[in-house]
This record gives sequence, C-alpha cells and structure tokens, in this order.
Amino acid sequence: MQMRDFVVRFAGEGGQGVVTSAEGLAQASTQVGYHALTYATFPSQILGGPTWTQARISTETVLSAGDNIDVLVAFNEEAYENHRSEVRDGGVIIFNSNDFEIENNPQSFGLPIDELARTTGNNRAANMIVIGALAHLVNMPQQYLKDFVTDRFTRGRDNDEEIIKSNHQALDLGRSHAAESGFNLGELADPIKPDYQQVMMKGNEAISVGAIAAGLNFYAGYPISPATTVLLYMERNLHGEGKFVYQVGSEIEAITALIGGGYAGKKAMTATAGPGFSLMSEGIGLAWMSEVPLVVVDVQRGGPATGLPTKTEQSDLMSCMYPAHGDVKLPVIAVGTVEECFYGAVKALNWAERYQGPVILMTEMALAERVQNIPRPDLSKITVENRLTYDGNNGYKRYEGDQLSPMPIPGRPGAYVANGSEHDDVGDTTHLASHHISNTERRFNKIELLKENEYESQNPDSEICILPWGGSKGPALEAFNELNAEGMDIGFYYTMLLNPLPPEMLEQLQNKKLVIVPELNFQGQFSSILRSLNVNAVSITQYTGLPFRVKDLVSEIKNLTETKTK
Amino acid sequence: MSKRNPEYDFKWCPGCGDFGVRRAIEFAMIDRLENTDLPIENNVVVAGIGCSGNLVHLLEGQQPYGIHGIHGRSLPIAFGVKMANPELNVIVVAGDGDFLSIGGEHIGPQAARNLNICAVVMDNGVYGLTKGQSSPTSKSGAITSSTPFGKIEAQADPLQLYLTHGATFVASGFSGQPRELAQLITRGMNHPGFAMVHVQSPCTTYNDFFMEMKGDAKNGIAPLVQPIPEEHDASNIDAAFELIQKPGVPIGVIYEDSNVATLDQKVVDMRSKARVRDAEALLGDFEF
Repeated sequence: MQMRDFVVRFAGEGGQGVVTSAEGLAQASTQVGYHALTYATFPSQILGGPTWTQARISTETVLSAGDNIDVLVAFNEEAYENHRSEVRDGGVIIFNSNDFEIENNPQSFGLPIDELARTTGNNRAANMIVIGALAHLVNMPQQYLKDFVTDRFTRGRDNDEEIIKSNHQALDLGRSHAAESGFNLGELADPIKPDYQQVMMKGNEAISVGAIAAGLNFYAGYPISPATTVLLYMERNLHGEGKFVYQVGSEIEAITALIGGGYAGKKAMTATAGPGFSLMSEGIGLAWMSEVPLVVVDVQRGGPATGLPTKTEQSDLMSCMYPAHGDVKLPVIAVGTVEECFYGAVKALNWAERYQGPVILMTEMALAERVQNIPRPDLSKITVENRLTYDGNNGYKRYEGDQLSPMPIPGRPGAYVANGSEHDDVGDTTHLASHHISNTERRFNKIELLKENEYESQNPDSEICILPWGGSKGPALEAFNELNAEGMDIGFYYTMLLNPLPPEMLEQLQNKKLVIVPELNFQGQFSSILRSLNVNAVSITQYTGLPFRVKDLVSEIKNLTETKTK
Repeated sequence: MSKRNPEYDFKWCPGCGDFGVRRAIEFAMIDRLENTDLPIENNVVVAGIGCSGNLVHLLEGQQPYGIHGIHGRSLPIAFGVKMANPELNVIVVAGDGDFLSIGGEHIGPQAARNLNICAVVMDNGVYGLTKGQSSPTSKSGAITSSTPFGKIEAQADPLQLYLTHGATFVASGFSGQPRELAQLITRGMNHPGFAMVHVQSPCTTYNDFFMEMKGDAKNGIAPLVQPIPEEHDASNIDAAFELIQKPGVPIGVIYEDSNVATLDQKVVDMRSKARVRDAEALLGDFEF
C-alpha cells in the first residue's frame, strides 16, 4: 500500500544537525510537490543540550507534526532512549553508528553519518547522508532530491559544482547504506504538485512579512525567546523612507516607544514573549486609555516567570485579553497556522488603525519555529486600512463623544494631550464621574468596530463541537477528521478572532449542547471566557510544553462526549 | 490649558517652583514661534507623572501637542515620538522621583543614543503628589513621611549622573529665575542631541528650599545658586566635572558638545547600506 504521509523525528544534541536535517528534508520534499511541516524544540542554551525536531511529509496539506513516528533518527544514545518508545509499530530507528551502537533492537540500523560525510570531502553534507537514507526507506525517487540539491547550491559561486557533487554523493551513500540494511517502509505516493505559487517560511517570518505588507513602519523590540526572530527580521528588512526599527533596552522601553511612535502617526509593532509581555502591561493600559494604535505580538512559551522559554504553551490568553489594571479588554487575534501568521498580522495592524488602540496578536513557540509550505500570499487581495486622521484646525476636541473620532497627527494642526489619566474632551485630566463614564463607554464602544464574521465551521448542525484556538487548530482538525470518518456526530468551529468573537459564531456556540476546547494550559482559559459568554464550554487541557497529539485528542473527545452529554 | 478649562481639577500649591518652570517653558516656546517658521503644533511636550507632569495641562497660550503618560517613562515615549518624526521638537517634563528613580534606567540609553530632545527635570527633592516621601535627591538623613528616622541612602547627584552617561548638553537652572531658565531651555531645544536641563524647583509644602537657593542678604546667608563663571569652558568635560564638585548650585550651561551625531542622523547613516524592498520582494525570498 502506498503511504500518503511520512513522519521523521530527528533527536540528538544541539549542533548535531538535528534542525538542519528536518528543514532540509522538508525543503527537498516541498520542492518536488509534497507538503511539509516541521516542529522544533530546543534547550535554552547556546551549545548542546537535548534537541529534537520532526518533519512530516505528505501528499496533502499538513495539519500537525504527526504522532505516528515512521522513522527516528537518533544522533546519540540519550536521544535513542528518550524517543524510541514513540516510534510506531513497524517503524524504523536509524542511529549514528559513529557515535554509539544499539544492540538487540531489530527495528534499528546504524548509519555511520560522520564517516560517510567525510568520504564526500564535505563534512557539511551529513544532512544529505541522512536524507538519502530516508528516501530509500520510502522509495522516494533519488532524482527528486538531486534536483533539489542542484537547485539549492547553484548560487553563482566558484565552488558550486564541488558542493553539489559532494551532496549528490552523500545522498547516494546514505541511500545505498540504507538499502544494505534491508529496511523498507513501503512507497510514499507520488506528490501532487500544487498548481499555484508557494512560499516556505517560518511562523515568525510570516508575521514579519505580513506586518510589513500591512504598512508597518515603526518597530521596537527587545530580544526574548521565541520572539527574537521577528526583531532580527525587522532589523534586516524594515528599511526605507519613513521606516524605523530599533533594538531598545527593555520591553518597557519597547511598549512606551511604540506609544510615542503610534501617537506620532506610525503603524507600530513589537514582538515579545510572556516575561516581556508582563513588563508591557502598564504601557498597554496607557495605549488603551490614550487611544493610540499599536500591535503587540505575544509569542507564547511555557509557564510563568522564566518558565519554559523554548517550549510551547497556550497559557497567555487571560494576560493578553486583560493585560492591564482598570477596566480593559483588549482585541485579541490568535493565529493557528503559518499562513494565518501572515494574515493575522495584516489584520492586527488593520484593527489597531481601525479602532485606534492596542491589539494583541498571539502566536506560540511551536508556530514561531515551524517551517511550512503555504500558498504565496496575494498582496493584491489584502486590504490595508489606515486610521481616520484629523485635518481641521487647532482647538480640536480629540476625546469628544462616546465613539471613535479622527486622530490628529503631531506636526499638523489639532494639538491635544494624549492622556493616561482620565480626561475631558481636549485631553486634560479630570476626575469627574461624567467623563469617566462616557470615556469608559467610548473605549469599549470602539471594540464594536472590530466585529467580523470570519470563522470556519464544519457540521454546524451537530449539537456538540470542537473549538480549538491558536496552534491547537491543526491537531484538533485532524482529530475531528478522524472522528467524523468514524461516523461520530460532531462539529468543528475555528476563528483567529478571539476578541471580539465573530458574533454569528458566538450565537451558534451558545446554542450547542457542548463545546470542547482543546488548549495547552492548566486552567482552561478560553473555555472559561466562553462560559462567561453563556457557552457551555469545557476544555481538554495539556501542559507538557509540547503540542497536542491527535490520538490523545481523539480519546479525550470521546470521553467528554460520553460523560458530559449524558 | 488651565484658564480656559474649568473642569481641569489639578492645582499646584501656591509658590510651587513648577510655576516658574512652566513660565520658562512658555517663554521658550514663544521664543521658538517667533524665531522659527515652525507652528505650535511642531512641539510635543511629553510629561511624566507627578506634580511636574501636570505642567502639560497648565501651559497657557498656544497649545502644543502633549502626552501625559505613565510614571517614569517620559524618555522612551519621547524616543518614540522623535524617531517617528525627527522634524518635531520634543520636550520632556518630569520630576526627580519620576525621572531619576523609577525612570532612571532610561537616561543611559537615550544619552548613549544622543536622542535629539530636551528634557527638563523639576527637582524638588521629594515626592510631592503622594505627599512627601523621600526621593533620590532628598538629602541623606532627611526626615520625610517615608523616612521617619531619616533617609538612609546618599543623595543622588543628577548633574554628575547626566555627565557620566554621556549627555551631550547639561544645564542647571532655578525655578526662581524663569527668564534665565527659558534661555537654558531654548539652548537645550536648539542643541543637536540629548539635552538635560536640571532645575531646582522647591516644593513649598514638603521640601521648601527656596530660601536656601535664593539666600537671605538681610541675615547674611549667601545664595546656593551661583551663576557659572564666564570663563568656564563648557566644551571641556573635565572642567564640567570639576565645576559640579564645587559647593552650591551652578546656574547655566555646564557641558555642551554639538559635534556628536544625533540618533536620527546615525540611523540614516548606518542603514544607508540596507537594501530597501517592499513586501512583494520580501515574499520572493521564500518562493520555491
């Protein structure tokens, strides 16, 4: 039988090529028309430490990193011991026999990766040894991979030919070595090459390019895992007339600089993770109070304080929705795929401009580092929104009324004080109840402008549904597909727009018997918000620092539907 | 906007030093309107939190743009405004608690960047709005509401701090001399780079050192404020450090170096090599 799907886990130590192998396999496969997605998790240290990555190659769009491991590539003994149990029945373990030996495991064979790489004269071709061996296991035509290598290393340099030759040799060596082992998993079905232009990018890259496409022209950030790559992308690429990017001294500096920039007319954004987000709390409140547009990207990691800096979790939802003291509830967009990273960033910038205030764009570590092939975004089809600006004379009442009003830009007439204290029409401080009442209402009224009916649904007539958010979308959708195929009467809903929720979707959820929310946190944060909106929601929680496995979701959903609907 | 806005409910105490600072800023703004062709809306006053920060609402005459932000963060907000539009004239108004205590971490980075703004710090040696707690510039041993047995820490030396951080313009003024102070603020605003104007601005309620500053000729008490001698070489950093070690409060420009590139110039220069590409071109990097 042909395989439609191929999952490889690479485990070893940082620096052993664990990440480059997974990304190399994904790139090679997408080049010939497969779909691919990678998952990576690193230790929080510069060198060494247990690292693993996973690549899933499929003939169809990949939804999750997959939990049926076909092949484990173990770069050292510790990795072998830690990951061997996750290999499926009939799967294969390849171990680096230059590093260690495995005895008495008929499921495994040794590959002398370093030695073979040396014989090509190019130690850096070690990845290709591994990829060649993997290609044999699923009978992937060698020419696919060779073409990929030729393409990748044709860079107009003197040694191109030499490098291509050594990498081709590495592919052949890996392949013949695997063939000698006698192992074979079957045949991966031929790829169905998409007939549209694709791009292959990481989640954080997609957010960066999306923000630039939406007109971002002011970025201030501070290094923090796993958000740093957004800062790095901006430092390299946010250039040109009227654009500003800067690595500032802290997250407090970042958020307050954004307030200055947004106030002065810029589309401003920063990206951070939990600890930095906590530091931004007061500043976000100021942006809400003084009505300054800006976007904060929260790339979630695990746990409070320093927590798990390089693991994934969805535990910042409460913080993102209610980041500051006083009466606030922020617009929140949470993305669930690399493609959504792009479009979510566009929407976040648009929302900030539209309602003149701070917007939180939530993503998570597993997405930030995920490499995935997606259709190339069509920039001619995205809408870029700009704020309503004031172009009258001086003497303007910036904060008059209980609805959105045109925003003056410093340098042009319309001077006012953007005030973090409760204020009157012109922005002067006042403690009169009448102003606090009308301004509090004004700040919440503006959120109404963001209500949009953008959501996905399947089997909407079912009384029970699954409603994941963020990066749990993929595994949940896969679980739904499986349950649906089994004939279970269950629906699926999903939206990036967590606040305000799409009104139409919310109304449907309110009429469900049970809404099951898979989410990576202890408290069941989204379901508790939904319950406050009269939705009978219950969470499936997990707090391991890893994404959901589809099989766990399938059994949990079955359990819940039995116990909760009786 | 005090006089025209009866709803505004903040008032400084009678005799507050901040009245003099406000007057000086008004003078400097009027001077700027008269001597440049830039309209009032070219000015942005970024205020901290405390008695001093309320200055942004109390300005009379033509109204500039303003931000009344959060405690301690006037400098990074000003950084954002200035780098968003380097054509704007950005003035920070803050107090000693706001600027030197909670906001202290922001002085070094902006000085190192030579951000082209003028910061006016109103130093009254006390937290006034919260009713008289010890601040970095309260004297060591001072009895305040939060130091009932005396302040334990040493008194901060702001002028030394600014010089040490590399501020390219450091001036010292007194709220009791608004005309002279206005000139210092004008020079600070015109200075190409990070300009600090530190002002002795007594709190009549919790820390009234007005007479100490002004002196009392009748009773033979010499004033603490002393004009900086004409022979002082403000371009010499060693002379600047020497000057501030002397007893009393020097009034005038302590240090000025106009030859350091400003942050906005440096950003343009350093990044002139960067390739400028739009989103369409950037997406091209990821095609396969």
